[in-house]
Amino acid sequence: MSQKTETLIDKNGLRIDGRRPDELRPIKVEVGVLSNADGSAYIEQGKNKILAAVYGPKELHPKHLALPDRMVLRCRYHMAPFSVQERKSPAPSRREIELSKVVREALEPAIFMEYYPRTAIDVFIEVLQADGGTRCASITVASLALADAGIPMRDLVAACSAGKVDDTIVLDLMDTEDKVGSADLPVAYMPNLGVVTLLQMDGILTLEEFEKAVNLAIDGCKRIYAMQKEALRAKYVSIKESEE
Amino acid sequence: MPIFFEKRQLVTPGDLIAEGDYIAGENTYKENNRIYAARIGLVEYEDKKISVVALRAFYIPKVGDTVIGTVVEVGFGGWVVDINAPYQAVLRASEVLNRPFKPQRNDLTEVLDVGDLIVAKIISYDRTQNPQLGVSEPGMGKITRGQIMRITPTKIPRVIGKKGSMISIIKQETGCQIVLGQNGVILITGKTLEDEELAMMAINKIEQESHISGLTDRITQMIKREKAKRGGVSNEPKN
Repeated sequence: MSQKTETLIDKNGLRIDGRRPDELRPIKVEVGVLSNADGSAYIEQGKNKILAAVYGPKELHPKHLALPDRMVLRCRYHMAPFSVQERKSPAPSRREIELSKVVREALEPAIFMEYYPRTAIDVFIEVLQADGGTRCASITVASLALADAGIPMRDLVAACSAGKVDDTIVLDLMDTEDKVGSADLPVAYMPNLGVVTLLQMDGILTLEEFEKAVNLAIDGCKRIYAMQKEALRAKYVSIKESEE
Repeated sequence: MPIFFEKRQLVTPGDLIAEGDYIAGENTYKENNRIYAARIGLVEYEDKKISVVALRAFYIPKVGDTVIGTVVEVGFGGWVVDINAPYQAVLRASEVLNRPFKPQRNDLTEVLDVGDLIVAKIISYDRTQNPQLGVSEPGMGKITRGQIMRITPTKIPRVIGKKGSMISIIKQETGCQIVLGQNGVILITGKTLEDEELAMMAINKIEQESHISGLTDRITQMIKREKAKRGGVSNEPKN
């Protein structure tokens, strides 16, 4: 950061992009955007633009990686070279490899892994434009792509972050808030089952603040979940309406 | 014991369909006496059994299914066949040749080569073993002519219709032979290319509109309309 932002929350209690502390960024979700993949989805969350594609289940090669009792989920989180201000090398960075694992582990509890042993599912997540909170948006969009591919799932996974900025607990941090703010707490959640599948924290929060932030993030997840369901239905309802 | 959805209502994974003493049918699961949906689809129930007719799913082999597959590999004792499923199928050479064979004397590529399409039946399959194919029944084996089309495997029952009503209409109206692979691959052989194209059009329409009621009537109308447009197809009724 060249200039340090003096205050991230103005005197009216609004954030730098004009949101209230408990407000999400505008979200646009679409399902089935790629015809070559078995399942796909696209999300725009604020300035984030992320595409997810799912292939499988299919036979796993090399075969020694296959598990005899369940399937293997493989995730690749990748940022396009043009997704950030300064060109990012297209080679997978340490951060991307870690995020691939984090996203995979957030999605695994939602899938019935034991139904189709010895097979693999590939999930490709391509970040076209990044503005903070891409891991959460990636989980949200990847779970939609999995559902679109017809993979049996316990629930959709919705993810959202909360954090602390200028001593205020806020929802859905954007890039500047993430970097300048004092804590970031991404949460992935299966709303119908009430199960948390991802909980990370970067920064310092008191116990009370932590509790408040987790509850706020879960509330955000529930709102995102409603949009996910809407997007999934929209694909089939539109065909129905054009006929009537 | 409430049910939260009506019949033929759209559900997404995780939707709570019913609570209480019900049995979880296809594409649903039961947890803490609650039935949830596991796939996008339409709710169906019969007595105590609740199921979801999936709108998107892939083919899982079942013993006894007729499938259409592509030969992808020729091995020493048989062929590896892609049947559009998560698992590749094996077709043993003895199954096709109907006699014992010696790898050094018989060249398997003369019978079936990579890229050949076959109609076959699944004779064995379980979680630990890849499906095995058989071609002993009449009409099975290598495909020599016709059109191949692929649809979502879950839509095959809709193409068949109630007691085969839909498929018999298409067969009758277009005069084509149609082999439905349970894996979503369909073989259409007709007298002319136009007949085959008409049958393909009808099946495409079924795939797109299978979740809207009154489908059989719309398909019949569509075929009649298309026929009229073309000024009669080669197999007009013989009166």
